[in-house]
Amino acid sequence: MVVDMSPDDLIGEHREVLLKYHDGTVRQVLVTDVETPMPDGRLIVSRTDPQGLITHVNQSFIEMAGYPEEELIGAPHYILRHPDMPAAAFKMLWDTLKENKKWHGYVKNLRKDGGYYWVYATVIPNIRGGQLMGYTSVRRKPSRTKVREAEELYRTLS
Amino acid sequence: MTYNFTVSPDFNPNHLSGWFIFNTWLQKAIGEGIHLELFDDFDSQRRAIADNQFDLIYANPYDASLLVREKGFLPLVSPQNKSDEAIIAVRADCPAHVVEDLKPGLRISSTDDPDVNMMCMIMLEPCDLSAENTVLHRSDTYVIVAKNLIQGDADVGFFLEETYSELSNMIRSQLRPLVQSQIQVINHVLLVGPRLIHMRETMGNALMTMTQEEKGQGVLESLGFSGWETVSEEDTEFMIDLMDTLED
Repeated sequence: MVVDMSPDDLIGEHREVLLKYHDGTVRQVLVTDVETPMPDGRLIVSRTDPQGLITHVNQSFIEMAGYPEEELIGAPHYILRHPDMPAAAFKMLWDTLKENKKWHGYVKNLRKDGGYYWVYATVIPNIRGGQLMGYTSVRRKPSRTKVREAEELYRTLS
Repeated sequence: MTYNFTVSPDFNPNHLSGWFIFNTWLQKAIGEGIHLELFDDFDSQRRAIADNQFDLIYANPYDASLLVREKGFLPLVSPQNKSDEAIIAVRADCPAHVVEDLKPGLRISSTDDPDVNMMCMIMLEPCDLSAENTVLHRSDTYVIVAKNLIQGDADVGFFLEETYSELSNMIRSQLRPLVQSQIQVINHVLLVGPRLIHMRETMGNALMTMTQEEKGQGVLESLGFSGWETVSEEDTEFMIDLMDTLED
């Protein structure tokens, strides 16, 4: 189940945004302008089932997303979606994955505390014996130049 | 029948004799003849692997992908609590203190260790450095990489963390780690090939009980390992998927 974000979890001033996800779920998210930089040398790793529900996260994921592990396991991966990310970017992601191909791109993620962090993300379908078993996503520290380019591009997309 | 065993060429030179001791122990433990062949470089070993010359391989994460997905190898064990991490080091008096201090034209000294090179190039991405705007000089060993740094012939050096930490105190005192990976889920794995697969369970049992016998413990010490942990096929598939995500 996806719950609305709570002002009690926030740090700093926030704005409210109503996000509608591809499965019809609607969630009120609270967003601040506080950025948490991705630490050097780390990888954020997660796995989902074929429906996009989280089955595994590493410690870096927990620290950067700001959720305890028990809230992450079983939750849809889209709880990290930041309202500044255009739906078109995620459509490209899913169109690529449905063809059993690897996708990569620059992503602004939403933390539980309303802040955000930029990553260079790669998502790969986990194919075992010809069957799709889920997805692995690995995120790493992005170049600031690429982040600025992505910010400009995403502002032009819906 | 004698089977053939090889070890990823990035093994720590301090443990070279340890691999021969391990091979002797393994032959006795499973009652089969095994010939150990070590290589100085990755290319020669890859040619031999492509030629299907080996039945047992202690593989780096990069090569594990090819061996499992294209050569029918299956995982046995990985060293306990020993993930593969990489270090980008500079000379101790280098003005750079964070990766963002590095500039295009950077002179890199590295070995031909594929997973270390990949991890280190990823750690350079945040400052917009890539193969296109850096100069890479390949050396045969990590000691030569260290010497290149100390002599000012390179700005940064790429190291396997384990090897860096085992450089002599005199060498390390002249260097400084700039950034270190904390990936935690990438490691070397002992893989068994199709001709030896019938011994997988026997070998797995012998390896997992090494710590319970005095001789086995001594062999592990000579390799610098505290023990082995079982690796499932899914564990290896996951690591291969992860390596795949890092390739671009």
